[in-house]
Formats: sequence, structure tokens, C-alpha cells
Amino acid sequence: MHNKSVAELSRDLESGSVSSVELTREFLNRIKTEDAKYNSFITLTEDEAMADAKAADELRAAGKANVWTGVPFAHKDIFCTNGVTTTCGSKMLANFVPPYDATVTANFRAAGAVCLGKTNMDEFAMGSSNESSFFGPVTNPWGLSNGEKRVPGGSSGGSAAALAARLVPAATATDTGGSIRQPAALCGITGLKPTYGRVSRHGMIAFASSLDQGGSMARTAEDNALMLNVMAGFDPKDATSVDRAVPDYTATLNEPLKGLRVGLPKEYFSDQLSPVMEQQVRNAVAEYEKLGATVKEISLPHANLAVAAYYVIAPAEASANLSRFDGVRYGYRCEDPKDLNDLYTRTRAEGFGDEVKRRILVGTFALSAGYFDAYFLKAQKVRRLIQQDFINAFKEVDMLMSPVSPSPAFLQGIEHSDPVTMYLEDIFTIAVNLAGVPAMSVPAGFVDGLPVGLQIIGNYFGEARLLNAAHQFQQVTDWHQTLPQ
Amino acid sequence: MSISREDIEKVAVLARIRVDEAQVSALESDLGNILNLVDQLSAADTANVGPLSHPLDAVQCLRADEVTETNQREAFQAIAPATENGLYLVPRVIE
Repeated sequence: MHNKSVAELSRDLESGSVSSVELTREFLNRIKTEDAKYNSFITLTEDEAMADAKAADELRAAGKANVWTGVPFAHKDIFCTNGVTTTCGSKMLANFVPPYDATVTANFRAAGAVCLGKTNMDEFAMGSSNESSFFGPVTNPWGLSNGEKRVPGGSSGGSAAALAARLVPAATATDTGGSIRQPAALCGITGLKPTYGRVSRHGMIAFASSLDQGGSMARTAEDNALMLNVMAGFDPKDATSVDRAVPDYTATLNEPLKGLRVGLPKEYFSDQLSPVMEQQVRNAVAEYEKLGATVKEISLPHANLAVAAYYVIAPAEASANLSRFDGVRYGYRCEDPKDLNDLYTRTRAEGFGDEVKRRILVGTFALSAGYFDAYFLKAQKVRRLIQQDFINAFKEVDMLMSPVSPSPAFLQGIEHSDPVTMYLEDIFTIAVNLAGVPAMSVPAGFVDGLPVGLQIIGNYFGEARLLNAAHQFQQVTDWHQTLPQ
Repeated sequence: MSISREDIEKVAVLARIRVDEAQVSALESDLGNILNLVDQLSAADTANVGPLSHPLDAVQCLRADEVTETNQREAFQAIAPATENGLYLVPRVIE
């Protein structure tokens, strides 16, 4: 049962071959027996889940079920859940029980889905290895059978690892510079970062507000479409969410791909990519040619500046967003503050981890008098150049395809020495966030027994076409069905 | 560019994060590396380029001037570290 997709589980619930209570108990039992190996969950909400499952079965018996009613899933621990601890992977929020639901949380609740718990993540979503979590690193299910403890990627590493280990059939995630796509690639699952503004950020703990976007993780493109149907839409509580009709993302999954124009950004097939990784990506592109796509090389001339622009803009926005954690209204507070300044400075020194502090300090520096123009304004200008690259590319092609990460899942502990080494993990994903376009990671092969992801980048609000392209690929390949041993 | 110890101490004050003497050296190296990475930006010609702060260039949306929130002071203060009579408590500011 735990190997089934959301679509399959939904059909089983509809046919009555299984109840939500049975399904929920099975997944909870799997998490309780298996997750010690992965540490993919921070909080398990067993009692709430069983109550929700019972309510879902009653709704279904009353003929009021929809496709999500009674289907188990998990939330990344960045989405506020009313009455359930929401930590964002930080000591700062280890005791934080939000008095409200994020809009994404409320949407899944309204759909009748059963939340099993909250998944582990890099602290405040800052990281590419899930090693910066206050609640300990997450271990990738891939490679474990060889005794290797590899990272699941980050920051949505808990959601990705839980999916790969078949502990949940679907999980929410967020992506500021690659935090859905890179862990999806490293764990061999399918993830979607929608267009900026497509999914409400209300109640999603902020990292860099002009880049953050909530999205989906599941094993198939079809399940991602089912998730986006629930998540997408205008929200008056998020001033940057977009008031634009939400299509049924499952309706166009079976459209043929004949005539699809695919561009390969030459900057993403550089010497930063190992030849074996490149081969897997090119094999995947060849499958698209067999499905009727035409492929040409294109250029994103400013792609090489994306990481630099991001590491000004994201820390600058983070330094402003994270100023709210002051030990006064909620969250961690230091012991015995001697005055107000001591309360602020010690609460923040003790409550934040090293990577979060580094980024706050860099961001504060980039925004400070004398450096604002040289760093922040300059980065925002480069951001426009990067966006223009994508606008130009989509005049010529419908989609871009590239690798997601320069290498497969790396070993835990090895990248700690220099933060910049870790930042380069996201060289192929970051430009997408700066431009605000949607992108997916789709399982596309293996290198040394470890999953490789294909990145598919779409034009603004082109999620339906992206999901269609990913779904068609998954009809002719089985990379997404391969299980870690 | 490199970042000096004085810069780090100044930024730490601005960010309200206490930084111990021992941490300054590590931060000097880490932040220096990050700023070296960021210095690639200076190579870009942005003479006639306007800054982009938001990918959709959206404008602030307005809503009707009506009260939509209910008073949830008790729920919000229930999770605060220290409150008294509906107020948040901090160390004494005025002697």
C-alpha cells in the first residue's frame, strides 16, 4: 500500500478497498518503525491524524468526498499548523505552537487530506544538505544499503527523504533557491516549484520574500498536479499572490508533446557538470525527442551571475524577515536577560544556528550605509538581466531542460568547511527563483546507484504544461518508480 | 572584498546578534568568502538597467477598509515568553 501514488490511494479509498483509518495507521506505523534511520520527521501528529482519518471516512460514507479526502501526507515544518508545533528547523521556534493555519495548511485541511506530521528541514530553509536543522541531519534513503550516510539535499530534505523511503505519498515543500528541486533530484522523487505568486505564502515562515515559493513533492507528476490543484490560488492574506484563474492541472496531463520546443541552456552544460551526470540528462532529453519534441541549444548569458546575485538578495531579505525573532512575543528567549539589548542579542545568538547567523550578518552588511548601492542595488539590477534572459529564451522555446544539481547526493559532513562550496550546489536552480518562473525536478536516471534529476523550466504560469511534460516522460520511463534498497 | 573585524562587530550590533571574540575570526573568513563570491557582480554591465525587486513587478493590492480580524490577544499571548495583564514583558527600560 505504501508504494502507491496519491492517485492510486485516492481510487482505493473511493472503491472502498481501504479506509483512511487503515491507510493512516499503516503510514504512521511505517514512520514509527523506519524513520529512526532517516530523521525525516520533526513532529508526528498521530492523534490528530487518526481523528482526521476517521472524519474523512465519515465524509466519504456520506458521499461528500473529493480526491484528497482521507489521503495521508505531510507538511514541511515551515508551514504553520494551528495547535501543532512549527519549528522551521530552528531552536528559535522549537516551542512555537502557531495559533493559526498557513493558507496552504488550511487548503489541505479543507480538502480533507490527513496530515501525518511535520518534516525536517534546514534551519529557516537555509541550506542544501539538511544538515543545518536544529533537530539533526536527515539521511537520504539512497546509499544507506552500502552503509553510506548521504544528504537528502535541502532545504526540503525531510519531505524528500520521507517520500523516497515511502513514509508518505505526498509532502509540501518550499523553494527559495532550489529547496524543492535539489532534494527531489537527490532523493529520486518528483517536485514542483510553481511560479512566484501562484501559491500563497501566508503562514509560510519567511526566508526571502521575493524568492520564497511553496510547492509540492510526490513520486509522480500526476500527484504533483493533484497537490497544486489544492495549493494554488489567490489569497488576500498574501499581497504577492496572483489573482489568476487556477486550471485543473490534471486535465492536460495526457496532451501529446509533439512539436514541444525544448531549449538546452548551454551555460548549464558547463564543466561544473560531471560527464556522467550530463549523460543522464542528455538521455532524458533524447526521450523527449522520441516523444516529438524539438531540441535546440539556447543561452542564458547572465546565468553565471545568479549565485552571486542570490547571495546578496536572499540574505538581505532574510536579515529583515528574521528581525522579528526577538524573544518577546513568541519562540526562544534567553535566560535572565540583564537589559533589553541583552535580551535581543543573546536570544538571537543562542536561538539561531551558524548558517542562519552568517546569512543575517551578510544581509545586514549588504543593506548597511555605504554598501547598499554596491551590493543590494547592484544585485537587483543583475536580477533584471537574469529575468530578461528567461523572457528572451521563452520567445524561442516552450521549456528549458537542464541538470538540477552538479552531482548526485554527497556524503554527510563533507561540505561543512566552507559555506561557499555548499552555495554552488544550487548553481543550476537559483536563476529560476530570481526570475520567478516555475520549474520541476523529475527523476531521470542514476549515477553510481544514486538518483539524478532532470530540471524542466517553464514560462510564467506554465505549470500545467510542465506537469504535462513530466507526466508524459513518466509514461515512458520508470526512474520515478525505482526504490532505494 | 575582505571584511574587517570592525565591520563584523558593527554589523553584529546592527543585526542584534551577540558575537563572541572567538567567533569573529571564523566569521571574518566565512563572510569574506561569501563577499568574494558576490564580487562577481561588479563584472556585470548594469549601466541602463533598473533594479528588479519582485519577479512579477506587481503593485500593492488594496482591500476595503473594514475590520476583518477578530481580537485574538489571549491566543497570541499564550505563546509569549512573558506577559502580564495583557502586556508583553521585557527587562526594565526606564529606571
